Amino acid sequence: MLSPADTLPPLPPRLPAAGIAAQGRSALCRIAGLSLAALARLLSGASVRWIASQPDTCQRVYFANHTSHLDALLIWASLPQEVRELTRPVAAKDYWSRGIVRRWLAEEVFDALLIDRTDIKVHQSPVDLMLREVGTTQSLIVFPEGSRSVTGEVGEFKSGLYYLAKKRPDIELLPVHIDNLNRVLPRGEFLPVPLLSCISFGPPLWLEQGESKLDFLARARRAVLALKE
Amino acid sequence: MNDIRTIALIASVLTLLTAATAVGQFLKRHPDRGLDPAAVNTFNLRLRGWWIMCTVLAAAFWLGTTATVVLFFLVSFWALREFITLTPTRKGDHRALFWVFFLFTPLHYCLVGMNRYDIFSVFLPVYATLFVLARVAVAGDYKRFLERTAKIQAGLVVCVYCLSFAPALLQLPIGNQAGGGSNNFRLLFLLILLVQFADCMQYVWSRMLGRRLVAPEVSSNRTWEGLLGSATSTALLAAVLWWAAPPFEPWQAALAGFVVAIMGFAGGMTMSAIKRDRGVKDYGTLVVGHGGVLDRIDSICFAAPVFYHITLLLTGAVTP
Repeated sequence: MLSPADTLPPLPPRLPAAGIAAQGRSALCRIAGLSLAALARLLSGASVRWIASQPDTCQRVYFANHTSHLDALLIWASLPQEVRELTRPVAAKDYWSRGIVRRWLAEEVFDALLIDRTDIKVHQSPVDLMLREVGTTQSLIVFPEGSRSVTGEVGEFKSGLYYLAKKRPDIELLPVHIDNLNRVLPRGEFLPVPLLSCISFGPPLWLEQGESKLDFLARARRAVLALKE
Repeated sequence: MNDIRTIALIASVLTLLTAATAVGQFLKRHPDRGLDPAAVNTFNLRLRGWWIMCTVLAAAFWLGTTATVVLFFLVSFWALREFITLTPTRKGDHRALFWVFFLFTPLHYCLVGMNRYDIFSVFLPVYATLFVLARVAVAGDYKRFLERTAKIQAGLVVCVYCLSFAPALLQLPIGNQAGGGSNNFRLLFLLILLVQFADCMQYVWSRMLGRRLVAPEVSSNRTWEGLLGSATSTALLAAVLWWAAPPFEPWQAALAGFVVAIMGFAGGMTMSAIKRDRGVKDYGTLVVGHGGVLDRIDSICFAAPVFYHITLLLTGAVTP
């Protein structure tokens, strides 16, 4: 197996860690973000595990299984403050731009990157949009299954993750497994039940040289599943 | 008068804990004594748990009845979280569980705090049960219906209803006896002390004399010898400490201690059976590096209601 250092182009120089995302936001939004993060962690009793990896401000794509509306919020809340300021969740535009509260939460509080699921253009692919938005400093939270799982099983991954890895081979792809959160707030429910959940961050992976799309997506999915235990 | 008793009880417990801590640290520094280092480590961890438990309890007692009821509510809430987390539920149970956590549990503890024995003694076992049955039925998922509702009910009864009898001891009308109002606090403290002591003795006697396992499939370290030994030693300790809780005569305290030890044993066995069924070692496996609240309180949950009613019966205190 190739070590990532052999295959990667040199990392782009890092900007000062001030966080572009944090700059334009008002104090109210920051307080709302912090309190929502605290509330989510309290309600979901989340314990956070870093397995063979460490929190870091380097550019990363966190990819996780998707079981609940709380997923992105909880991953975001589980990161240390300085990493959190550089990390933006990717969310569906059709859902998160509906209504004033949702739009405010997505755009102002979490600085989410909204992707249009219904109207994908060839010349303006979501992956290009994501890469343009994050520049050389920000990290992303993505859910490669595309939508929330109904059964709690991890579904097949969509190809976006592969194109992200191909276009920016220098970004670390970090698998994240979310356990039990689908019971805290299942699909179609709006009242949470305060059970205990667990978020596991795994070791980063990269696209290997010559690895096919299907192989890579299967490997990424296995990396998430491997964190279950 | 009452201050002397309280100070004496606190002094005895502090002396015991300090002595045990000294022994634990000595054994840790001298691993050549031929004792199992893992057992020493467990002992030291347990001791640390007791120090924390005593500090929190003392703080709650000092703040008063309401603070103690709130403390037990928080413990119940967390224990129920652990219980339901490890119990498979289906999506049809979601709404029922929401009300169980956010309405029934807090309301029950409000009733305990308001000293409404007439309502809180039936609130969870009757009304919450009826609600859960009906709510799960209305949710429209009939698969393994009885099994699912029984699980929720078992969690509620063990983690919330039974445990709430511990703070309910604070409301027993024994304040007019010698010792005054702090009798109730000492009674509660005595219960917790006896349960912890019984757990500890059960381990010690099983290690020393244990031969016949009660149920090897459920628990690999609980023996008949340990049970008898712990019940007898706990009865003795209770008889020695009878002065701490004035409604008791020495023989009554001994009887209470004996029964508390047996109930604590029953609680431990029950929780072991559930854990074995779910294939986990601790309830707290989801929380890294700590054993879980339910593992710590399983014996208190089973002992508290029995201790409460023994006190009621033996001392002739009328139902509040």
